[in-house]
Amino acid sequence: MTHIVEMKGMNKYFGKLHVLKDIDLTVEKGEVVVIIGASGSGKSTLIRCVNGLEEYESGNLVVDGHALAPKGGNQKNLNEIRKEVGMVFQQFNLFPHLTVKKNIMLAPMKVKNTAETVAKATAERLLERVGIGNQADKYPSQLSGGQQQRVAIARALAMEPRLMLFDEPTSALDPEMIGEVLDVMRELAKEGMTMMVVTHEMGFAREVADRVIYIHEGQIVEQGKPDDVFDNPQSERTQAFLSRVLGH
Amino acid sequence: MEFQFQFDWQSAIDSIPFLLKGIPYTLLISFGGLLIGFALGILFGLLSINKKWFLRWPATAYIEIFRGTPILVQVLFIFYGLPDLVGGPIDPITAGIAAIALNSGAYISEVVRGGVQSIAKGQTEAGLSLGLSRTQTFWSIIWPQAFRRMIPPLGNQAIVSIKDTSLFSVIGVGELVRQGQIYIANTFTAFEVYFVVAILYLAITLSLSLMLRMLERRGLGSV
Repeated sequence: MTHIVEMKGMNKYFGKLHVLKDIDLTVEKGEVVVIIGASGSGKSTLIRCVNGLEEYESGNLVVDGHALAPKGGNQKNLNEIRKEVGMVFQQFNLFPHLTVKKNIMLAPMKVKNTAETVAKATAERLLERVGIGNQADKYPSQLSGGQQQRVAIARALAMEPRLMLFDEPTSALDPEMIGEVLDVMRELAKEGMTMMVVTHEMGFAREVADRVIYIHEGQIVEQGKPDDVFDNPQSERTQAFLSRVLGH
Repeated sequence: MEFQFQFDWQSAIDSIPFLLKGIPYTLLISFGGLLIGFALGILFGLLSINKKWFLRWPATAYIEIFRGTPILVQVLFIFYGLPDLVGGPIDPITAGIAAIALNSGAYISEVVRGGVQSIAKGQTEAGLSLGLSRTQTFWSIIWPQAFRRMIPPLGNQAIVSIKDTSLFSVIGVGELVRQGQIYIANTFTAFEVYFVVAILYLAITLSLSLMLRMLERRGLGSV
């Protein structure tokens, strides 16, 4: 099976507000999908549905072969899905009471019963990989924003996910730190990780994405190869959005 | 005759050995009660933020009742009232410990609730997204952070409860104030004796404050 995410006719409401409207979307294994759109368009909500941080009201959602029921349904697959899907948040959400290394070791040890020595070795290897091997024993608050977000990526990778979700991973960063986080993501994409990325970094989207999806008011308005979407947008809404963010 | 008052240092000093006999009771009742109160506080504090109404409502009722009535009434009720119900006398020390436990438990419930709710939602989301269960997320991520924030208000409650035990002289527990009353009945040196009693309370509460400050300072580096 090559579909890792399959959404069919998915609808999501916040009270009366219809935030996702009949979403049909499949993501293939190894694909990098970048989701763009104005704030409040539903793009974060969309990826938060994939690991069940948001429940949807109707439709179908299958993640890596596990069906995830709508709100009120049987959620027995939820933990299986979460073990296989990593997530990186806008606000990093590192655990402030644990050292960087312990942040990364926690989930493998608790969820997969990984031995401490193995978890530690993995943590050190991953920190090396995201370029901060020398910060392992510091607490998150002692690191810069960019470093914290790289730890958050390493923490998610420690569970050996089959899919990574990025929810505006650079939006809370100072401009000079955005690059270091995008570099790590770029590497990850190159190594074949399946990724769903919500971002405002259009340069990154154009360069790294296999597919760009534009969401407007809870609907997928346009999708395609980055060059097509950015250079030759078909929908007027996409054109208007791109001219605003790209400053044409 | 001209009125002249002189603080009688000798009677103050003489009263100390007799007053000190009250301290073990004061400490036993306050710390025994607080220990149980802490357990009650964790239990009812967590229940009071549970999604299920049939768990939340009883917890809220307990908190409101024991926070909203005076501890003196509570201990009188336990000591004089409850024996009618259980059909036998209740030992004053037990009654005192029970009153501190139930009373501080209600306040500590609120401390626990506030502490847990003060932890950002993103922490829970991060735990869940890594595959941890709700229980694992709570005990390994939320609780350790919440507990650190709870230390100052818990210390506050401990000090309040220690002082509350002074009320239990009314049910005849031989704690600090009761010892003072007995001593004064023989010597009529109220000023000196209550002065010493106050100093002894201050000694207990100040040492506790000091210990808590050290504990807080040690925890600071990591949060």
